[in-house]
Amino acid sequence: MSQKKIENVSRREFLVKTMSVGAGLTLGVYLPGCSREEDTRPEAGPGKAGGEVVAESEFEPNAFIRINSDNSVTVIIKHLEMGQGTHTGLATLVAEELDAAWSQIRVEAAPANPILYNNLFWGPMQGTGGSTAMANSFEQMRKAGAAARHMLVAAAAKKWDVAADEIVVRDGVIHHQASNKQARFAEMAELAAQQPIPQDVFLKDPQDFRLIGQHAPRKDSANKVNGTAIFTQDIKLPGMLTALVSHTPRFGARVKSFDASKVKAVKGVSDVIEIPGGVAVLAKDYWSAKKGRDALRIDWDNSNAFKQGSDELLAKYKTLADKPGSVARSDGDTKNAFQSAKQTIQAAFEFPFLAHAAMEPMNCVVQLNPDGCELWYGAQTNTMDQIAVAKLLGLKPEQVKINMLYAGGSFGRRANPASDYVLEAVSIAKAINGVAPVKLVWTREDDMQAGYYRPMYYHQLKAALNDDGYPVAWQHRIVGQSILAGTAFESMLVKDGVDQTSVEGASNIPYAIPNLQVELHSPVLPVPVQWWRSVGSSHTAFAVETFIDELAVAAGRDPLEFRRALLKGHPRHLGVMELAAAKAGWGSPMATGRGRGIAVHESFNSYVAQVVEVTLHDNKSFSVDRVVIAVDCGIAVNPDVIRAQMEGGMGYGLAAALSSKITLIDGGVAQSNFHDYTVLRIDQMPAVEVHIVKSEQPPSGVGEPATPVIAPAVANALYQASGQRLYALPLQLSA
Amino acid sequence: MIQLTVNGTQHKLDVEPDTPLLWAIRDTLGLTGTKYGCGMSLCGSCTVHVDGVAMRSCALPVSALNGKSITTIEGLNSRTARAVQSAWEKLDVVQCGYCQSGQIMSAIGLLEQNKSPSDEDIDGAMNGNICRCNTYVRIRAAIKEAVRSLV
Ligand code: FES
Ligand code: FES
Repeated sequence: MSQKKIENVSRREFLVKTMSVGAGLTLGVYLPGCSREEDTRPEAGPGKAGGEVVAESEFEPNAFIRINSDNSVTVIIKHLEMGQGTHTGLATLVAEELDAAWSQIRVEAAPANPILYNNLFWGPMQGTGGSTAMANSFEQMRKAGAAARHMLVAAAAKKWDVAADEIVVRDGVIHHQASNKQARFAEMAELAAQQPIPQDVFLKDPQDFRLIGQHAPRKDSANKVNGTAIFTQDIKLPGMLTALVSHTPRFGARVKSFDASKVKAVKGVSDVIEIPGGVAVLAKDYWSAKKGRDALRIDWDNSNAFKQGSDELLAKYKTLADKPGSVARSDGDTKNAFQSAKQTIQAAFEFPFLAHAAMEPMNCVVQLNPDGCELWYGAQTNTMDQIAVAKLLGLKPEQVKINMLYAGGSFGRRANPASDYVLEAVSIAKAINGVAPVKLVWTREDDMQAGYYRPMYYHQLKAALNDDGYPVAWQHRIVGQSILAGTAFESMLVKDGVDQTSVEGASNIPYAIPNLQVELHSPVLPVPVQWWRSVGSSHTAFAVETFIDELAVAAGRDPLEFRRALLKGHPRHLGVMELAAAKAGWGSPMATGRGRGIAVHESFNSYVAQVVEVTLHDNKSFSVDRVVIAVDCGIAVNPDVIRAQMEGGMGYGLAAALSSKITLIDGGVAQSNFHDYTVLRIDQMPAVEVHIVKSEQPPSGVGEPATPVIAPAVANALYQASGQRLYALPLQLSA
Repeated sequence: MIQLTVNGTQHKLDVEPDTPLLWAIRDTLGLTGTKYGCGMSLCGSCTVHVDGVAMRSCALPVSALNGKSITTIEGLNSRTARAVQSAWEKLDVVQCGYCQSGQIMSAIGLLEQNKSPSDEDIDGAMNGNICRCNTYVRIRAAIKEAVRSLV
């Protein structure tokens, strides 16, 4: 080998230290002047994602930091970069405590490893979701940086024969003032690797932060601007075949038989094979596979197929909502309070199925090797996928290598608890006995019609009011499929028949209501469902925040003041609400035909309030002109990434508020592409202002919490503008 | 054989005549900066320049392009392109990035024809480019930034 590496710690020792210190501490060191062996694998993710660690089996994993001979510092990122900025955020934490210069920091996606790279909130499982990347990594990555810094300083102290505490590190330079000596990290790396690993490290006092809270430009901007960023869709391996799959048009149908004669006649097609859930066409490239699939004739066995539509489901859900469900929360005596109430108000809410519709449709590249299997894709539940693939192939999980690439969006979709598209790719590779690497590509139509969806929901809400118009009792019934039933998460998050992800945002409402009952019905259907950006809050926030608004109006009170009165003891809700209201000029007069609305909601421990301004254009159409967002997500590590996630997360929710909708007809999906599953376009994007609450709380997530707040804020603004109270998404004014 | 000039280089492509330009670029020429998002001219991810005009490559069969000059994100080098790309970087427009090659090609196409676009011009020209990460606020700002830097 042309390179020399010095390991300061064995894998086993590393694990022990990890447990004792709670952070990864290894420094992998490349000696100056020794260039790394050329990596011939496809470039993946930032730099060579996964490649550098995975490619060299003799190289014991170094957890999070590598100081390179060119003085760059590579930070290994355990979470998927799908746009939310995790590569920038986690690198900021390391750079802060290492006192590195931001410009010397590079990032690289971590290989699949449930011990080294687990999500600390999920146990021994690597994965990205629930807006946890920053929250679970905040201490871990800082400790990793601090430990590396400690060892660099110890090395310098030894080499210069000075006291370690006289040494300062700033912007990537190690400096001893009295002796006027200084060195860059790379010059000390070899010696640093021989220093004892600190048993404990001191982390900076937040007031000494130099990068956290400042603008650290995104690490993935340049390659996403010049087209060199590599996504799954871009992977090309020697001899690789592209596979397209004809999926069942109705959920639960099966292939009875198929006629491949015309398919085989298409130039470039190599195989036509049945796999679970459909028939795959393999060809030398995408267009041949597409033409081949178009020529495929399949006779479906519909005997066990789902044959209902959204309308029938809604009727069923309405009947269910009239009956008591499993109790998610019960405070006081709701029944009694309703019986003695003078005034009650009730409403019912409808939410359609939704597709995630990430810009990059689902895809996955797989290669079977004599000693295992290698995958390239935007892995979001890395460990679960690894286990599922191993099971399908009869391998051990560690024989399944995952190269975690950039994902062209996900919004939850790539974290599929059934590893659906990954197993589909592997099934195809298995069916051809691994003779060629396979790239499974879903067309937009596949992505829209083959699942998975945010479930359809129906809510029934009822409130009993006191003489001042404030709610004394509140009953909230939710009907909709359980996302977690039948998944590995069921035992953790489904208690007494209540899937926490169905009721979050409703069972924990912050408003002071003495008698409160939240119930759930979870009908079982063969429609594949999954979390969708902000999960339960994507529907509960709308029901709660528009209903509270309705109560405020019924009480003749200002919606802001009404909420304020009910939010005593919830300073973070109040904080964002007051900030958004103040910045938006709440209370200032609006012209006729315009309206202003507010909503506030906590999800994933982050608090978001939005004030929206709308304009009616005729009696049915309207525009959302301005959105003022206030967020409290604890310490703001990368304020600009937070702003971006507030803008984008809001926009994602606005698409569902305005027009996105998946409709089931006769057991299949009516929509197929962006002409009938409409999403937000630039001319519908309002002007957006983001204000971040200053906080010393630990950081919480920002990828999801802006999404659920926009729909209720828009609906409340529309009420002010039009007098129409809307109870269904997408929002539609009647003439 | 189809003759195409892509990023200044002449290519003779042995592909079926109905192959969309997108797949000729991606699968045959191996230029993967141009993305697939819908295949129906609905999302703009596949935007390239054909004789200097921004077009959706997913719906253009190569047979209609004989002798045309194509520019993809990999082949940009005009002053306008540099201004747009550096504005995109300066404002950290990208999130997942998958739509951004197409956004940038459309933005350059706009600025090549209109040196000082109004807000409506920008929304109009960029309306065919979907961004599911909803980076639209920054796309608008970056186009304005590019306009400023080009004066
Ligand atoms: S892929 Fe061409 S417009 Fe969507
Ligand atoms: S940046 Fe993700 S789709 Fe535009």
